[in-house]
Amino acid sequence: MTFKYKNVYLNETTIVAGPYEQQGPLAHTFDKTYDNLYFNKKTFEQAESKLIEESVELLLYKVKKIKSDIDIHIGGDLLNQLTATNYASRNIGIPLLGVYSACATSVEGLIVGSNMLDAGQIKNCVVTVSSHNASAEKQFRYPVEYGGPKRLTSTFTSTAGCSAYLSYNRCGVKIDSATVGVVQDLGITDTYHMGAVMAPSAAYVIRKHLVDTKRDANYYDLILTGDLGIYGLNILKELLQTDYHIRINNLEDAATLIFDSDKNKDVHAGGSGPSCLPLVAYGDVMQKMQRGELKKVLLVATGALMSPTMVNQKLSIPAIAHAISLEALV
Amino acid sequence: MEKNKYKDLVSKHTPKENRLFNALLAFFIGGCMGLIGELLRDFYAYVLDIPKDDTSIFMITTLIFIGCLLTCLGFFDKWVNFARCGLIIPITGFAHSMQSAALDYRKEGLVTGIGANMFKLAGSVIIYGVVSAYVFGIIRFLLFGGAI
Repeated sequence: MTFKYKNVYLNETTIVAGPYEQQGPLAHTFDKTYDNLYFNKKTFEQAESKLIEESVELLLYKVKKIKSDIDIHIGGDLLNQLTATNYASRNIGIPLLGVYSACATSVEGLIVGSNMLDAGQIKNCVVTVSSHNASAEKQFRYPVEYGGPKRLTSTFTSTAGCSAYLSYNRCGVKIDSATVGVVQDLGITDTYHMGAVMAPSAAYVIRKHLVDTKRDANYYDLILTGDLGIYGLNILKELLQTDYHIRINNLEDAATLIFDSDKNKDVHAGGSGPSCLPLVAYGDVMQKMQRGELKKVLLVATGALMSPTMVNQKLSIPAIAHAISLEALV
Repeated sequence: MEKNKYKDLVSKHTPKENRLFNALLAFFIGGCMGLIGELLRDFYAYVLDIPKDDTSIFMITTLIFIGCLLTCLGFFDKWVNFARCGLIIPITGFAHSMQSAALDYRKEGLVTGIGANMFKLAGSVIIYGVVSAYVFGIIRFLLFGGAI
């Protein structure tokens, strides 16, 4: 399903990031960073909530609005019961829609917001997404201090709260169209190779988007996938060529851009988590688009819809990807 | 794409783990742990005059204490990440798994947090340790009459 938008703009974005991102190559594009994982809170879950609250506060300050001016808040994260978003929303106090697509949550939120704006139901909205390295490790893998051995294909959950302000005011970048993906499952059961799990969903949604919009593979200056990692990106490239005969020159992956793998050896294949794509897209890509260095960008957020219960029941891991197309105004 | 074909594609793009290096490293570090254990036993036996048969309990307790302490100080996870099975398989790994789980859940209450989650990783080791001890105990009894 592809939507075409007439009058929807991504006006402003904020990123509040953690200590590992602070040491990464894109640190200068963030609004605020912390140098420890607790962010002056008692637990990692509360720390993740704080990231969202702070990024929304900063966003409202940037767009010179108060909370009551915002029609709706669309947000999601990785934790069970969308803990971080729901608990942050107690203090944010904007009408809330919680969304979940694992690491594809960021673009899902943007699509929901854009559709409501395009339909004239709302005049503006705030879309948030967050992830936290330690709270995700605790929920999905081993205890944080355990540090169990990781494989070369494993990824490193990024820590950040990212917010975007959408409205029909013509500034920032234009949201041109969006494609909602279909869940793909090619039988991968390895929880330490999420790139392989998600690559088919990314390939599907990229092809679907290009077909629906009748665009050429190299129409975009940049197609940025979410968190496939080094090996996942290679799988995606080959999958696009062999299955769909699409050859994309400007294909990059946010997971491989966000960390400096020479400095931080734990990163392995790259970053991951719902905030991985926005960490690159809301900062670096957004700034380049406003300067006119990039004209047309397709964001493809990929999410492994992994449930530890179902993995234990020996089922393979399904994945989904959503795409949203951005156009520079300059 | 067919699932089988995709599996081939994935394995083509998956880097090979250096199993030989990991195994040798685990062998070496695990061996060093054994050496430390033996030195501790000798220390207890010859310096503190503890009967030789009791020294293994003192040695195990000392290693568990050191493992837990290093976990709490926050750098044992980095060592485990490097040494892998060299530190996980000895008693230090067992202590570390319980201690790290307890640390994770310490803010969620003594019963619902620490009590319920401390054995998250170590629980299955205990269960299958007890079961296999039972099975091998019976085999030993049937074959040798418990004489060995």
